[in-house]
Amino acid sequence: MGIRERLSGNEAVAVAMRQINPDVVAAFPITPSTEIPQYFSTFVANGQVDTEFVAVESEHSAMSACIGAEAAGARAMTATSANGLSLMWEMIYIASSLRLPIVLNLVNRAVSGPLNIHNDHSDAMGVRDAGWIMLFSENNQEAYDNTLMAHRIAENPNVKLPLMICQDGFITSHSIENIELLEDDKVKEFVGEYKPEHYLLNQKEPIAVGPLDLQSYLFEHKAQQAEAMKNAKQVIKEVSEDFEKLTGRKYEFFEEYKLDDAEMAIVCMNSTAGTTKAVVDKLREQGVKAGLLKVRMYRPFPAEEIANSLSNLKAVAVLDKADSLNAAGGALFEDVVSGMYVNNKNVPVVNYVYGIGGRDTKETDIEEVYSDLSKIVETGKAENPYRYLGLRKGEK
Amino acid sequence: MNNLIEIRWHGRGGQGAKTASLLLADAAFNTGKYIQGFPEYGPERMGAPITAYNRISDKPITVHSNIYNPDYVVVVDDSLLECVDVTSGLKEEGAIVINTTKTGEELKKHLKGYKGSVYCINARKISEEALGRYFPNTPMLAAIVKVAGIMTNEALLEDMKGSFKHKFAKKPEVIEGNMKALEMALKEVRKI
Repeated sequence: MGIRERLSGNEAVAVAMRQINPDVVAAFPITPSTEIPQYFSTFVANGQVDTEFVAVESEHSAMSACIGAEAAGARAMTATSANGLSLMWEMIYIASSLRLPIVLNLVNRAVSGPLNIHNDHSDAMGVRDAGWIMLFSENNQEAYDNTLMAHRIAENPNVKLPLMICQDGFITSHSIENIELLEDDKVKEFVGEYKPEHYLLNQKEPIAVGPLDLQSYLFEHKAQQAEAMKNAKQVIKEVSEDFEKLTGRKYEFFEEYKLDDAEMAIVCMNSTAGTTKAVVDKLREQGVKAGLLKVRMYRPFPAEEIANSLSNLKAVAVLDKADSLNAAGGALFEDVVSGMYVNNKNVPVVNYVYGIGGRDTKETDIEEVYSDLSKIVETGKAENPYRYLGLRKGEK
Repeated sequence: MNNLIEIRWHGRGGQGAKTASLLLADAAFNTGKYIQGFPEYGPERMGAPITAYNRISDKPITVHSNIYNPDYVVVVDDSLLECVDVTSGLKEEGAIVINTTKTGEELKKHLKGYKGSVYCINARKISEEALGRYFPNTPMLAAIVKVAGIMTNEALLEDMKGSFKHKFAKKPEVIEGNMKALEMALKEVRKI
């Protein structure tokens, strides 16, 4: 039945971590993810978990400690935001290339500078090619649920990749909302025990982790990483189906909201999808055929599935909460558009960069996008595909 | 009661407006509602204007933006009337609740012709009498619950008793005063 509760997004993740009871948590506080290790360290102090909590002196060390722990054969977790993730940068790649299934909660925040503590997705987009599985969460419930599914996905022998769960800083991390929790024993049973195949503390099988890997092997190892990322799709599907059997909550690669008969749709991630749902409902009452595609699984990217899902639309807007500063468009936009091109789906697609540095995304902003899309539906033309949404006029 | 109630809080850092919005979310949650309680984070410092929000509904809430057309506004510190547009977007069928000793005439100057209901409460007097110190958030919480009809007085008092026990586990001596502040505020909030 589940437990009816009200928690912030950060509290929800900390509770999930308590229920998972990992062997090691190593973290350094940074706004807006600070509360996750803060609440978790309380669980450690209270004896509610038997985790080794490592209060490291930097995020570089946090990721390094997680790498050491996972390589030794332990289950390790951490949490960070923005510049904390930037400081992990070197170790982020090492974690994935050593095939260590570390689970990280990334509470999305703008990467400085100038200094800003508020939400956008520039931190996540900076590591989109680093070989981590990336799941995005609309609200506290999805952040909690994705965290509970994380280890089973990451640790699967066909995957063995680190995984990060994203949610919007402050917008969901600090908002108290209703949530349905699972009972502790059900989580324990669902997550299961970690049984690594190869690990440093196995006396029967002495191994080296992370030695020199030059021209003769690195390419093959990278190809194996790429293969693991492809395999992750099937594993994410299976674990999500198991989770649905347990909770009734359905998770797919992406959520299609009133998309079946839609003429136009927005593609976006995290909390904006919730605001978009409210706008879609209003537009539907007015007879406007609006829909939404919310991306949950950003890495691996379900290019073909998204292309198929969008193929019958007359206009699509992809919303990016990070600007790639490449004079061409945001990262999600480029992923969606290239997926459609290679799958021969020809639908007009435009891009809106929005919500940068915590700029609030209002229902009226989303209405504006659908209004623009309806013009594209009428004319069949999508000019100037790289646009801004919510930028003050005259200051561009 | 409308299906969705949206509330905006204006306070100053340190007065507990954020805590009050979270306590309101808690109390409404305990009556079976769907809730949101969230502050607008800025450069937080004692005395700076802060904003916090609540959504309360019978149905799941998916919107994740700030509130621009609130049903109710709570002003925890009347000095904010001078510098913050507190009635911005406030619905006329709604109401504003202000912690003040100012007269209706004086308030009118600041409310920019707001045509909806205006409620006042002297939260300073209540807090100082009940708690011996100035913590306006408890009386303001009771005032908005009553004005917006979020739950009955009895349900609020019963629920807050539990919340205070939890919140003040390490200083139980303040629970009685806070309960008294709630009761006084429920009686003293008045429409002008």
